[in-house]
Amino acid sequence: MESDELDAVSVLNDPLRRKLYRFVAARGREVGRNEAAEALGIQRTLAAFHLDKLADAGLLEADFRRLGDRTGPGSGRPAKVYRRARAERIVSLPPRDYRTLALILAEAVDLLGAEERAEEAARRAGERLARAAFPEDGDGAASGAVAAGGRPASSVGAGVAGGGRVAALLAERGYEPYEEEGRIRLRNCPFHASAERHPLLVCSMNLALCQGVLAALGEPEDAAELDPRPGECCVAISKTNES
Amino acid sequence: MHLAQLNVAHMLAPLDTPQLADFVANLEPVNALSDVAPGFVWRLKGGDLPTDTVKHDYGDELLINFSVWESRETLWNFVYRSPHLPVMKRRREWFARAAVPYTVMWWIPEGHVPTLEEGMGRLGLLRAQGPGPEAFTFKEFYEPDGTLAPA
Repeated sequence: MESDELDAVSVLNDPLRRKLYRFVAARGREVGRNEAAEALGIQRTLAAFHLDKLADAGLLEADFRRLGDRTGPGSGRPAKVYRRARAERIVSLPPRDYRTLALILAEAVDLLGAEERAEEAARRAGERLARAAFPEDGDGAASGAVAAGGRPASSVGAGVAGGGRVAALLAERGYEPYEEEGRIRLRNCPFHASAERHPLLVCSMNLALCQGVLAALGEPEDAAELDPRPGECCVAISKTNES
Repeated sequence: MHLAQLNVAHMLAPLDTPQLADFVANLEPVNALSDVAPGFVWRLKGGDLPTDTVKHDYGDELLINFSVWESRETLWNFVYRSPHLPVMKRRREWFARAAVPYTVMWWIPEGHVPTLEEGMGRLGLLRAQGPGPEAFTFKEFYEPDGTLAPA
């Protein structure tokens, strides 16, 4: 583990700073100092101080933009804006390197032409994730009683926009779900590094994994489909009554 | 500089057969998508119809895709981060697995319209010598200055 990785992550030790980081990350776009300050109910100068600390640590990227419609003379100085940095920070104790292993295995799948087998395995992994997160589900099909009656007994599910268990599970897995036009979109690709290297394989496996989650939770699995766009996860999920 | 890309695929059946019907049905929407994609510069068209495929003398079973883009990122976003991806995911239904490289990229001066002979030459170069500044791939990508992009 590189010590500067730990230095960067340790900047998040301050609770307010962590809230600011989460707020900017969840916006999925550039955020100004005023917007961040108002959202957290703190002074603008305080927000600016912490946002700059996050930018200095490389967790946010800062830029200058003219906010609002006015341009030209009289429109004022450009405002400082922040967005989540693209670079990954990996801190692992003891040191672990699953990424390199994933890339090697992806290449092996490629060489073997074993894409369909890999998708089958990903689908089973999705089913296991769902069963582990919602063990009260039994065989998965008869899930209505637990689901309809409020929060599941497991820890998964708190505080996710859109409520349901699918979004809650995907949130816990780091997908950062949000709602858009009746669908769940996923702001973050948890497999980004391997998806950049083997996009077709990894996106297909990711879709299969999401479909496995849906199937195990008694949802129609074709609600999940590939609808990639730049900078986000490749999967979008049509909302059903409880996803 | 602009980025040229050539892609060849061996069809499992002729274009007018039921086996290729879904592929042919996707030609119009996918071509329409590429033509308005950010960074799209040019593609070789086979005719006036949106379903016309590139005509060539390299064998009837070969389907050729040939286009020019402003950058690696814009080509990447079209290929992998657009509705082109779910269509490409079905490639095994329509095309044979290739044991040799089937897609190649190279840099061209802006305004240059590359020829199919040029493109097939670059593919031949890639197959003969592996990736280099004159013929490369997404996985081993060379910048216009000839340096290998970091993985």
